[in-house]
Amino acid sequence: MADMHELLRLLGELDDQLVSCMRCGMCQAVCPIYSQTGREGDVARGKIALLEGLAHEMVKDPQGVQDKVTRCLLCGSCAANCPSGVKALDIFLKARVILTGYLGLSKVKQVIFRGMLTKPGLFNTMLGVASKFQGLFTSPVNDIIGSSCSKFLSPVLGDRHLMLLAKTPLHSEVPSLDTPAGKSGLKVAFFPGCLADKIFPRVGHAVLKVLSHHGVGVFLPAGQACCGIPALSSGDKQSYEKLVRANLDLFAGKEFDALVTPCATCTSTMKKIWPAMAAGMSKKDQQRIADLSAKVMDVNAFVADKLGLTPSAPKAGAVSVTVHDPCHLKKSLGVSAQPRTILRMNPAYNVVEMAASDACCGCGGSFTLQHAEISSIIGKQKRDNIVGSKAQVVATGCPACMLQISDMLSRSGDQIAVRHPMEIYAESL
Amino acid sequence: MNDALLKEFQALVGKDNVMESEADRFSYAYDAAVLESVMPGLVVRPQTREDLGKLVKLCNDNGLPITVRGSGTNLSGGTIPSKGGVVILTNALNKILEINEADLYAVVEPGVITAKFAAEVAARGLFYPPDPGSQAVSTLGGNVAENAGGLRGLKYGVTKDYVMGVDFFDVDGEIVKSGSRTVKCVTGLNLAGLMVGSEGTLGVFEKLILKLTPPPLAAKAMMAIFDDVNKACETVAAIIAAKIVPATLEFMDNFTIRTVEDFAHAGLPVDAKALLLIEVDGHPGQVADEAEKVEAICKQLGAVRIQVAKDAEERNKVWEARRAALSALARVSPTTVLEDATVPRSKIPAMMHALEGIADKFKLTIGTFGHAGDGNLHPTILTDRRNTEEWHRVEAAIDEIFDVALSLGGTLSGEHGIGLAKSKYMEKETSRATILYSRRLKKALDPKGILNPGKIIGE
Repeated sequence: MADMHELLRLLGELDDQLVSCMRCGMCQAVCPIYSQTGREGDVARGKIALLEGLAHEMVKDPQGVQDKVTRCLLCGSCAANCPSGVKALDIFLKARVILTGYLGLSKVKQVIFRGMLTKPGLFNTMLGVASKFQGLFTSPVNDIIGSSCSKFLSPVLGDRHLMLLAKTPLHSEVPSLDTPAGKSGLKVAFFPGCLADKIFPRVGHAVLKVLSHHGVGVFLPAGQACCGIPALSSGDKQSYEKLVRANLDLFAGKEFDALVTPCATCTSTMKKIWPAMAAGMSKKDQQRIADLSAKVMDVNAFVADKLGLTPSAPKAGAVSVTVHDPCHLKKSLGVSAQPRTILRMNPAYNVVEMAASDACCGCGGSFTLQHAEISSIIGKQKRDNIVGSKAQVVATGCPACMLQISDMLSRSGDQIAVRHPMEIYAESL
Repeated sequence: MNDALLKEFQALVGKDNVMESEADRFSYAYDAAVLESVMPGLVVRPQTREDLGKLVKLCNDNGLPITVRGSGTNLSGGTIPSKGGVVILTNALNKILEINEADLYAVVEPGVITAKFAAEVAARGLFYPPDPGSQAVSTLGGNVAENAGGLRGLKYGVTKDYVMGVDFFDVDGEIVKSGSRTVKCVTGLNLAGLMVGSEGTLGVFEKLILKLTPPPLAAKAMMAIFDDVNKACETVAAIIAAKIVPATLEFMDNFTIRTVEDFAHAGLPVDAKALLLIEVDGHPGQVADEAEKVEAICKQLGAVRIQVAKDAEERNKVWEARRAALSALARVSPTTVLEDATVPRSKIPAMMHALEGIADKFKLTIGTFGHAGDGNLHPTILTDRRNTEEWHRVEAAIDEIFDVALSLGGTLSGEHGIGLAKSKYMEKETSRATILYSRRLKKALDPKGILNPGKIIGE
């Protein structure tokens, strides 16, 4: 679609959403990127003005606008803080799709999304092979965190401290499950998400242990696809819809009370983005999305709100754990009390709060690769707040945040473990 | 902008701090006013006050118009640049230089964020009262340039009451000093006073000296519900007549109450014709005494119900409703026009009556809330600027709102400034001579007319 008229027509369809921004500028108070750069093009108001300018032909350079629109963590802080309720995330995702449609998707992303990510079997096999060889190119740097670094890969990854692919991903050990509801009377569908499957299978195992302890039945179908957000945030709607449909085929119409994920980003994508981006899909898929999204829950929220937990007081000498609130849990879904409740279920841990626990960690998916410098400046602040809390462990309900925080702590040589709240609860069972 | 000049800007403040791409420039073409965007030629973000002065000189030497911008939250177009002009950002000049607890003042750079400053001051056990609605993002330089107000205006005054001194650059980039760190100062012309509310047309702020006070020790909030707008307005007058000056005395009309309730479900009485939100503060004994008197006055003048906040949580609930007012109204329609025509407080009933008439006459939705205690109401017109026919009615309604406010002895702007939006009405309130005097003053100080041209007094 290298047609300017078509670009203007599609942007025109966003007009009703764009016009609701009254340019008050309150988003400047909460945008992690703006707080670093002080540049209007980096904050929601500026991006919305640019999209409006492009739609009304006051701005002529779509690439310039796309460069601004993609300098965004998609953390949703602006939308959560917007006085006039502008759905900034919806706007930016739709704009990325429209602009990518006009400007084209990069070759690298075509290979990654269209050639690999949308083919879950192939994707799993390739990463399985990679996990065997990654040790050759990397060396461990921090035992507490479990991170590694790589001179060999530094042209691509910079000074990053990596969490390597797990030797055995979750899907190899637990290919599928279909167990009936136990004493809880509840049954869930379990969507581990790519990172909990391939990098942090320990999180997936912890979830299964907790669910089993509470007598919750589990439906875990084989061949799950990515939730689609990496493709969508790069504007690749074709791959995104393919991934959504693959998951709908696995989960839609099956009997369960909730679909739970241990990943904040997968949860908010399936719960909020899927319905928001459904317009172009078939009526049948729209209905399947509406039905499934209604059942999607963060696993912390499910366990804390549906299973009747009674936290106990921490024991003497308990390990101190601080909580990072993922943007996609707190700002997007309003889930922040539940992860703390989950942590309090293990009396060997004592919850201490850090400053600005809900400030973004700076990951933003591929943002951290494309804008490594800003990402690590934002991440460094998160690291400083974690260290400032004097906690021995930091817990967060999002594997993507876990990656970023592991990197930041590891680079500073901190001996602070990074865990998912479900791991800490599971430890006590 | 030609290449040689661009290179001069880059050499002066560093390449990273000069923005020239179309996308970058367009994101400084607007502010929070509902006006047309104007594309600047260049945007620069100086990192030091010294560079700021040099930039002013460079612009003057080349006859380039300057618009100084903090966070761009201006509601009257004061930060909309001139076509092809230079936008100078102050948001990198954000250091609090001094907070003096013994002498109760602070010295700040112009780009310090208002709320961050207030919090820093509060952490030292002191108080900076001005609290404009945009304080979470607005800059102190912008507050001084606009003489920003806020909810506490009635008792504590507005920004001008806290400006002890302003050091600023003239168009040649030389520093002009005015005011001092002392409570009393009659040295020289009151140039700091001239800078307050000058909207960037007379000088570029280098640093500000601001007054601090001890904070009130206690506060009590309450909500009074009325079935008649007049009764609410009479209550406002009666409270002041009883020699009580509440810290905040806010008003909401029925439309605003219903909209806030729809949005926030705060438990507001949707059939009430008006609400007053009142907070008294000071010494605990005085607060208890005044709260009791205010409650009695409300009852006496016919409040249907009064809810006194018993604790911090209930107090917070009272203010949540007020804080939600603009948000709730803004969600009703795409375009929100927030006006701030202000009348002597005794004229609020007449103003409210006139606003109802204007809404009917022009078939518009107007929600009114605001600072009843100081006569600064915010009639908020809910519209869609894409609807040309309706937009014409909005413009006609705004003209009439100003006419009414002036006929009641009021003023065009209580706290948002004149900027571009209200410049054409200036003569109505003042006089031809006032405009000419102001223009002569500007011409003398800024012969090339580079300092935020077109604002306040036209060109």
